[in-house]
Amino acid sequence: MRLSLPLKPLVGISLACTFLSACNSIYSSGASNTADISNSSVIDNYIHIAEASYQDSLVTAKALDTTIDVFLQSPTEENLNLSKQAWVSARAPYQQTEVYRFGNAAVDAWEGKVNAWPLDEGLIDYVATAYGTESDENPFYNANIIANTNPTIGGETVDASNISKSFLSDTLHEIDEVESNVATGYHVIEFLLWGQDLNGTNSGAGSRPATDYSLSNCTGGNCERRREYLKSATALLIDDLQDMRNSWKIEGEARKDLLAKGEKGGLTTILTGMGSLAYGELAGERIKLGLMLHDPEEEHDCFSDNTHWSHFYDAKGIKNIYLGEYINSSNVLTQGANLSRLIRLAKPKLDEEMRTKLASTESAMQKMVDQALKGNTFDVLIGEGNTEGNQIIKDIVDALVDQAKTTEKLINVLGLGNIELEGSDSLDKPKSVFE
Amino acid sequence: MFFLAFSHLKQFLFLVLLMSYKFQNFLLIIMLVFCPSAVTSNEVLVGGSHTHQKSEKRLGFQHESPVLSYEEKLDFKVGQAIFEKIWVFAPSSTTASDGLGPLYNARSCSRCHKGNGRGIIEIEKSSSPSLFLRLSIPPTTKRHHQQLTSGKIGFIPEPTYGNQLQTFAYPGGRAEGTLKVKYTEISVELSDKEEIKLQQPFYTISDLGYGSLDKSFMFSPRIAPQMIGLGLLEAIDELDLLALADPDDLNKDGISGKVNIVWNEVANNNSIGRFGWKAGSPTLEQQNNAALNGDIGISSWMFSDHAGDCTQMQSACQQQTHGNKRRDKPGVNMLEAPKTMTDLLLHYTRFIALPAARNTKETKRQKGQKIFKQAGCQKCHHAKFITAKNTEHDSLASQTIWPYTDLLLHDMGKGLADNRQEFLANGQEWRTPPLWGIGLTKLVSGDEFYLHDGRARTLLEAILWHGGEAESSKQEVINLNNAQRQQLIYFLESL
Repeated sequence: MRLSLPLKPLVGISLACTFLSACNSIYSSGASNTADISNSSVIDNYIHIAEASYQDSLVTAKALDTTIDVFLQSPTEENLNLSKQAWVSARAPYQQTEVYRFGNAAVDAWEGKVNAWPLDEGLIDYVATAYGTESDENPFYNANIIANTNPTIGGETVDASNISKSFLSDTLHEIDEVESNVATGYHVIEFLLWGQDLNGTNSGAGSRPATDYSLSNCTGGNCERRREYLKSATALLIDDLQDMRNSWKIEGEARKDLLAKGEKGGLTTILTGMGSLAYGELAGERIKLGLMLHDPEEEHDCFSDNTHWSHFYDAKGIKNIYLGEYINSSNVLTQGANLSRLIRLAKPKLDEEMRTKLASTESAMQKMVDQALKGNTFDVLIGEGNTEGNQIIKDIVDALVDQAKTTEKLINVLGLGNIELEGSDSLDKPKSVFE
Repeated sequence: MFFLAFSHLKQFLFLVLLMSYKFQNFLLIIMLVFCPSAVTSNEVLVGGSHTHQKSEKRLGFQHESPVLSYEEKLDFKVGQAIFEKIWVFAPSSTTASDGLGPLYNARSCSRCHKGNGRGIIEIEKSSSPSLFLRLSIPPTTKRHHQQLTSGKIGFIPEPTYGNQLQTFAYPGGRAEGTLKVKYTEISVELSDKEEIKLQQPFYTISDLGYGSLDKSFMFSPRIAPQMIGLGLLEAIDELDLLALADPDDLNKDGISGKVNIVWNEVANNNSIGRFGWKAGSPTLEQQNNAALNGDIGISSWMFSDHAGDCTQMQSACQQQTHGNKRRDKPGVNMLEAPKTMTDLLLHYTRFIALPAARNTKETKRQKGQKIFKQAGCQKCHHAKFITAKNTEHDSLASQTIWPYTDLLLHDMGKGLADNRQEFLANGQEWRTPPLWGIGLTKLVSGDEFYLHDGRARTLLEAILWHGGEAESSKQEVINLNNAQRQQLIYFLESL
């Protein structure tokens, strides 16, 4: 509609469809919609999906908040489990948004508040003795805010009498400029619900008793303050998700930033995000590192042993962007112009290759999830000597690297120049030559 | 018979090789004479193909060599994560990250090598992890002398405190002490009457945890060096270093330059030293593993002592639980850092790319470069090498690089002396540090602390501390006019 397409690519499309079996099923509507395909319509749909997936994250976080209210009303094991389940459900949409973090400065700057990890949990609550008592990097390593209303650390007294939203976000989070002082976000709520996972690479997650939140039968001490912390952290998460959802609306910062980059810049952002999450971040830091070291501390959702889903949905988020679709937790589909069709116009085979790679990644991820559902969670699979488990994880790394290689081809085909795919560092920085 | 023939064949082959080598040189000379453009190399790409051109200068020391393959690049990222890994005490829920200490200076590599740049000194804090003290005593017994003569150790460790002062300890344990540095100012007058204040450091060790130090103890403060281009420095041909060495100053240019000969843990012999402020380590791998053991207290295949730098006199420390134990398999000993991990660290530290030189076409820079040469700086800060033809990783071979170091030891005078031996390096000798990347120091590290102990706050201060063999070069800098001095600094900042 916006763009009348030259004849040649259309021919390309029809040719491609005769060879592609996929044209019969998912992509049946593809050919008729190609008239809508343009760089800008792909970018617009990327924005719609951002809005839809942050909205979904918000809705599921609110559901988590409701179950936490019920749990705090009646702190039973059953209610604790319901809260845990709600947390797991809330992670599914959020992880699918992670692909937006890489490339969009507004998301990256905000992300630390909601998904920072790893954390020195001794900042927040009681921990096992093996955690240690001091750190040369972090004076707040063992501050235990739940137990201490006025801790004096490094000669300064912190007023922690009210564990309010503003105290958590403005004072405690990254206090003393130490990144591992994570006071807010999903992983803090996870720690408050599950407690430390002391099982190493054996199976089992954290096992905090529900009575840690009981007013009548308090375990772990200071239950009232722990309740206050859990409630404030959840409320804060809702605020932050709301901000990000709004940031993708018209006049929102993330949306404006992206549109200001122009068509080429916008596509570059999209593809950088897809490639960098898959490659440096997911394949590298979050998976291969843990695998090579057999180190459960490298688990992303370590307290809850939910890492398999966390990785699965990260990968799904990348696929969403490529196919231009998002199915929310109520099974509502958001769909529109997508990269897949854009690539098909130029190079049908490459589109096919990319979809094959995305499918391989998903099936490798699925194998990990299947194992986890049998009790062999990520930390078990990466355990030393677990040859079979190690292989399952290694296949994921290989699939992701493979996928990133094809992503780089997409970048070339779209004429976006030489973009380097990395991890979380320096993605929004334009590449330029010194002289 | 056959053996004899074979050995002759070997000699014959050797001769052929020698001849072809000479012939090659001959060819090279012809090329030099007739095609000068063939040898002009790109000074912008200071690390050859291991140079990056990314614009974000703050992160300028954290990129991988662009020549790495997809898979190698991923290992670089994994290695980087290990470099940034925060170690915890044993036993912990995680056998992979435990084993910290018992005594240590920092919990991660990146704590001291922040952004892979030079270390910074947090003067207001009791101890700065980026700066620590090496400790030793003069040899007193026959055994000490034998040990030093064998070349297996570079110095005699302080009997109680060991090789270095660790300022942190295990839970319930005592740190060895705290280290504080204070400065007094010294003035240097430049030719145009401008006065520059230098900081003379004074160190205080307090809260000694294990009794007093040996009466004759010696110490040497060391700040964390920058981490870029280390694989390339290792790839410089040994013969090139030996060719530059002139320990007895036979050419009478006032510059000696000697190789340090140090103990090589793997080859089990005395090798040329390249890494460390006194070139006390022969290979990058040994340097890495020594730092892991001494600074963080982590055992590796090369230095398998789980107690790090705890001495026999520190018995409680020796008995601490270590990360070598397998909780699931009692009796099975592992290394706190398994070989996989130290291999990844080696890969990472080997392939950190050099930032390209900036402003190379500007006249001001070119003038500065000329002054650098005229003042004789280049006699030690040797500008250019072509790396060896055969290296462990092909990409490091035959690279034209501009490190501005000869990796040799030079007498730097009394002002900088630590008066303490390390292998062949005497108390006034230091290894020429590479200057590549030095212009990004402030952006990368957040502050500037130059020289082995970080006493110099600016490049000019660092130059003015030069003495000994560099005395005349320093005088030349003092005699420059203000504009010329700025040109010189501008040149250094472009590196």
